[in-house]
Amino acid sequence: MKFLRMRPGYGEQLLAEGDVEVAEDEERLVEEFRRQLEQGMWAAVPVETETGRREAEMVRAFEDIPRTTDRVIFFPRAAGGAR
Amino acid sequence: MTVAALAATAIVVLALLWEVLHPWAARKLDIFRANRARRADGDGLPGYDPGRERRAEQRARELLKSCVNEEEWAMYRDLGFIRVWGGESASAGDPVLSRDLRGAPYAYLVYPHRPIVAYLPQTGRLLNEYCVEFPDETRPYGSTRLPDSDDVLAKWMALKGDERRLISEANMHLPGRQIDPKMLQRDIWRLGRWERERLEGAAGRHAVGPAD
Repeated sequence: MKFLRMRPGYGEQLLAEGDVEVAEDEERLVEEFRRQLEQGMWAAVPVETETGRREAEMVRAFEDIPRTTDRVIFFPRAAGGAR
Repeated sequence: MTVAALAATAIVVLALLWEVLHPWAARKLDIFRANRARRADGDGLPGYDPGRERRAEQRARELLKSCVNEEEWAMYRDLGFIRVWGGESASAGDPVLSRDLRGAPYAYLVYPHRPIVAYLPQTGRLLNEYCVEFPDETRPYGSTRLPDSDDVLAKWMALKGDERRLISEANMHLPGRQIDPKMLQRDIWRLGRWERERLEGAAGRHAVGPAD
């Protein structure tokens, strides 16, 4: 599983990578997940439905991430734009 | 005598030039010193680097392409925006706009760094503008602004994953506040034509059969 973060002036940046079935890796991913949320990021998981449609799920906790997903994308939380 | 006159003329010319050029040279020197100090401090806004921004956008496009559906990617590539159907969010609860619309299908036009526009595909009626940004306050290169395609992907994922949450964070306005309604109507028309052409292209390929 890869954690990617969108960055201004860069595109996506690899934050962490690991196998969730390996305890040490999972612990590291959990820590990174929390760190990103504390920094105000939102997290989304790209998914594919049974019909082959691509969709996305927003996740608020590490436990919500499907175990089989290969990447989680972090991006800055939404804020109301020009008034 | 002639030499003395020439020397005097040269001195006068040099003095006049000095008067004219001195403020300009002093200003340039100040700018140079300020830039050097800023670089030395590692502080302030780094210069705009078009190459870096282009590479960032290229990465963002690849990421977008890998996440959205083929049709949506083609739409963005060809038209510069993506249509996302409303009320399909994976989050719990009623669709955001369905109460007002009595079940009529609605959709959003998603542009990079512009408000999300809700509209009725059946009639083309514009509903609302939702002004929303994804500012990265860490400003890794001096700017809070994501690359264009990352901004589109962030909106797409948020609408798909939790439409209600995204819309509740946005500032809602009537259509026309930031995007010209004529441009929107034109884009809706372009989208319709684009879809018809794709359908006709697909039908034509099926009629011809697999290439040998």
